[in-house]
Amino acid sequence: MLYEQELKTFVDATTNFFVVAAQEPASIGSPYLMEGAPAVHEYTGVINISGKREGVVYFTAPKAMLTVMLMKMQENDFSHETMRDLVGEVANTISGNARRDFSRDFVISVPNVLTGEERPEVPREPGRRSFIIPINWRSHSAKLVVSLT
Amino acid sequence: MAVNGKKIYKLMIVDDSNIMRRRIERSQTFEELELVGTAGNGLDAIELFKRSDPDVVTMDLTMPQMDGIECISRLVSMKPAVRILVISALADKATAVEAMEKGANGFLNKPFTDRQLNEAIAELLGSRGR
Repeated sequence: MLYEQELKTFVDATTNFFVVAAQEPASIGSPYLMEGAPAVHEYTGVINISGKREGVVYFTAPKAMLTVMLMKMQENDFSHETMRDLVGEVANTISGNARRDFSRDFVISVPNVLTGEERPEVPREPGRRSFIIPINWRSHSAKLVVSLT
Repeated sequence: MAVNGKKIYKLMIVDDSNIMRRRIERSQTFEELELVGTAGNGLDAIELFKRSDPDVVTMDLTMPQMDGIECISRLVSMKPAVRILVISALADKATAVEAMEKGANGFLNKPFTDRQLNEAIAELLGSRGR
């Protein structure tokens, strides 16, 4: 069972990144349950969680959104590596906040970045619920996916 | 060396993210800081430290090959007077305490605003010689 407070930690970490780093708040769409294959955009930052809960949390964003974020951050390098870097930093922030808010019963990995059609492994098992939370920023939309037992 | 009566301090930036290295370099506004180099992991940071002898270091913690905590220990053992500002997404108190115990002088959480970065650096420079 995923508790509301745990979900809030992941959402707050993500939206805080937009406020502070990209200097413009993001809005949250209505969460919904994931069905079928994990949904991804072009760049995905993944953290794995084990211990008290098992699963995966990932932030996935389209290149167009990351490009505008980089512009807002005064970046002028829009290479593939920089896109990877940025989505990794968002995941890094989520990981750091989770370590702060959750007890040591949670083991939280350093982020891993996937690109293109690569998809995170989201095991299907009884008791696991996978939430997709739309993250809307300017005219773009990314997804925060939280899949924990 | 001094400029306009101010002592110049050599700055080294350590972070595995290119974006963050450039961001710190671009956003810091201190004319008394001269960037002597950047490194993407702890091992490279130690080599650069030996070559350029910086006075001030910004240090990420989660990095490949050698993490920031180990790197802080090594740098402080080589130059006890070095001032180290940890800039990390690791937001828990235990991590901050560990970094400070190893010899860091300040801690700034990612993500950060330009103002927060400059305030943290000002505090770091202000604490020199304590």
